Amino acid sequence: MIEIGLGHYLTLSAIIFCIGIVGIFLNRRNVIIILMSIELILLSVNVNLVSFSIFLQDLTGQIFTMFILTVAAAEAAVGLAIIVIYYKNKGTINIEHISSLKG
Amino acid sequence: MEYIIVLLPLIASIISGFFGKKIGDKYCLLLSSTLVGISAILSLIIFYKVLTEDYSSNRLFFNWISSGDFIVNWSIYVDTLTSVMLVVVTLISTIIHFYSIGYMSHDPNKPRFISYLSLFTFAMLTLVTADNFLQLFFGWEGVGLCSYLLIGFWYKKPSANAAAIKAFLVNRVGDFGFAIGIFLIFYFYGTLNYQEVFQQTPSIIQKEIIFLGIEFNLITLVCLLLFIGAMGKSAQIFLHTWLPDAMEGPTPVSALIHAATMVTAGVFLVIRCSPIFEYSQVALNVVATVGMITAFFAATVALVQNDIKKIVAYSTCSQLGYMFLAAGIGAYNVAIFHLFTHAFFKALLFLGSGCVIHSFNEEQDIRSMGGVWKKIPYTYALMIIGTLALTGFPLLSGYYSKDAIIEFAYLKGNTIGYYAAFIGIFTALLTSIYSWRLIFKTFHGRYKNKEKSLSSIQESPLVMLIPSCLLAIGAIFAGFAFKEIFIGYNSSEFWNSSILFLNIANHSHPPLWLVSITPAIVILAIPISYYLFIKNEKILGNLIEQNQFIYNFLLKKWYFDELYNFIFVEPLKKIGLFFWKKGDINTIDRYGPDGLSKIVKIISDKAVNFQSGHLYHYAFVMLVGLSVLLTYFILY
Repeated sequence: MIEIGLGHYLTLSAIIFCIGIVGIFLNRRNVIIILMSIELILLSVNVNLVSFSIFLQDLTGQIFTMFILTVAAAEAAVGLAIIVIYYKNKGTINIEHISSLKG
Repeated sequence: MEYIIVLLPLIASIISGFFGKKIGDKYCLLLSSTLVGISAILSLIIFYKVLTEDYSSNRLFFNWISSGDFIVNWSIYVDTLTSVMLVVVTLISTIIHFYSIGYMSHDPNKPRFISYLSLFTFAMLTLVTADNFLQLFFGWEGVGLCSYLLIGFWYKKPSANAAAIKAFLVNRVGDFGFAIGIFLIFYFYGTLNYQEVFQQTPSIIQKEIIFLGIEFNLITLVCLLLFIGAMGKSAQIFLHTWLPDAMEGPTPVSALIHAATMVTAGVFLVIRCSPIFEYSQVALNVVATVGMITAFFAATVALVQNDIKKIVAYSTCSQLGYMFLAAGIGAYNVAIFHLFTHAFFKALLFLGSGCVIHSFNEEQDIRSMGGVWKKIPYTYALMIIGTLALTGFPLLSGYYSKDAIIEFAYLKGNTIGYYAAFIGIFTALLTSIYSWRLIFKTFHGRYKNKEKSLSSIQESPLVMLIPSCLLAIGAIFAGFAFKEIFIGYNSSEFWNSSILFLNIANHSHPPLWLVSITPAIVILAIPISYYLFIKNEKILGNLIEQNQFIYNFLLKKWYFDELYNFIFVEPLKKIGLFFWKKGDINTIDRYGPDGLSKIVKIISDKAVNFQSGHLYHYAFVMLVGLSVLLTYFILY
């Protein structure tokens, strides 16, 4: 039986982080997936914080995580709202077609 | 009074040039003509004063340039020579101002035209009233500028523009020599003032200088350089090509500038500088030779031309040759006398041609005229008077001046004098033939114009005929009236100090055959040309058939234009094109400004690709950057 230690938690969070990043880049379909990938990245950070908090016997990390979750929820709401408005205006949220920043 | 004479045309020019639109075409023309007319009257008064009381004056206008030893004044210098030129310039100018009112009546740009014309008069007056070489040069360039503006007056015609540029450029060649001459004078004399230069001349006759690696006598060199300038302005051979083309301008311009006044500036220069020229026999011989060749050359070309104005233009060229011929043999007073009479009858001929062209609705080719002498009797009479005077028909003005040239040349008694006399007589014959050819082809024979019916040919308006009549009076009487004063026994008293004669002219009577040969030839030429050009054109046709080569040679004006095109224009054009295409566009522009801007554009095009607008690209760049930075900080 393997003792589950800090390394495993960190590996898990690193894997989630990479999935999030790859999700941003490989995603060619719509903005919502980007939003979801960002949530994943954020969550991986949370996992990091919680695991260090237990490892170091310090509650600050877990409290911080609660804040991050709150902010992330708000951020997701704002992001989704932007996407809805964007869809209303442009009729699409296909990421290939969103290039109005092009110089 | 002298100030007023010179300034009135300038004022007229400024008013009609800048305020012409405001005061209206009609008043503009009248005002300019009147102002120039006033200055003509004042000039006559001055001339009368010179005639009766040896008047001469040198009024300082203002101090123009004063730099160290180099002091040039703007002044109005009046002596006998100047007064004669004043009368010629202002009188002819006034007449032509009035004539223009009629001739330009259909032109929309009257104020501009009259402004240029008055400006020309002003420039010509500064030229003749100069008391130093620099002011002379100013006037010289001023008349050149006005000539350019007026030749190109109808600027919508490409041929007029080309002719204007040609006139300007060919004159530059002459002016280049003239300018170097002035530099030399200042360098060796230390002054440009006429009086001081003329006083110093006798003391440096022997001076030799090295110019372009060849040793020259200073005086000769100065004279030759000044004469190059005179050749350009007076359309002598090699630099004559601009004058026939200059006929693209309106006819009054041809009459004033290219017959009566500006082209005689060269003759004026040589006469004005007689105190220098007299000390260089070489230069005088060159002047006489060039004059001879030009007189002969231009007369032969005039024989076969078909454009009425070109014939008269070549005739002008030829008569200018006569004037130089006279100056070259030392008979300056005869040269100025011929200038004086020539101004009247040649301006008359041009104005007459203008009337003809006006009647024929801008037709200039004499092959499509003919048979109209009953329809336009006044024009016909004017042209006959002009032609008689030009050919030297006894008792008309040309007779006195031209015969005097031939006689003086003969009496000179040396080789060049005999040559000059012979060429003079022969050219007089040619002159007579081509002038009468002009008359007969234009006014007699069959009516050949296809575009306009004979009955619609009308006499020109009075405003054109009256000025021409005034000129006709001059053309008839100027010779007779001023013969004694200008070239008579006591003429040196009249000329006073304005002309220097080292060798007192030989006043012995020329042999009778010489006196009678020219008038005889001239009179005989009339029936001969009538027979050739009207009665029996077949002879002439056969003659042309048999001598096709000579005919073409003359018709193409001795191939001067072609030659110049081949030697100068084409190579220069090629060099210019080479430097433009290869040098400028392909080297400097390509690697200089164009190259730089191209590089910037290429770079910015690449940078634009960087900004794809896709969110994931930006995110990718951000992450890559972040990882690079992190790696850096962790490792170091």
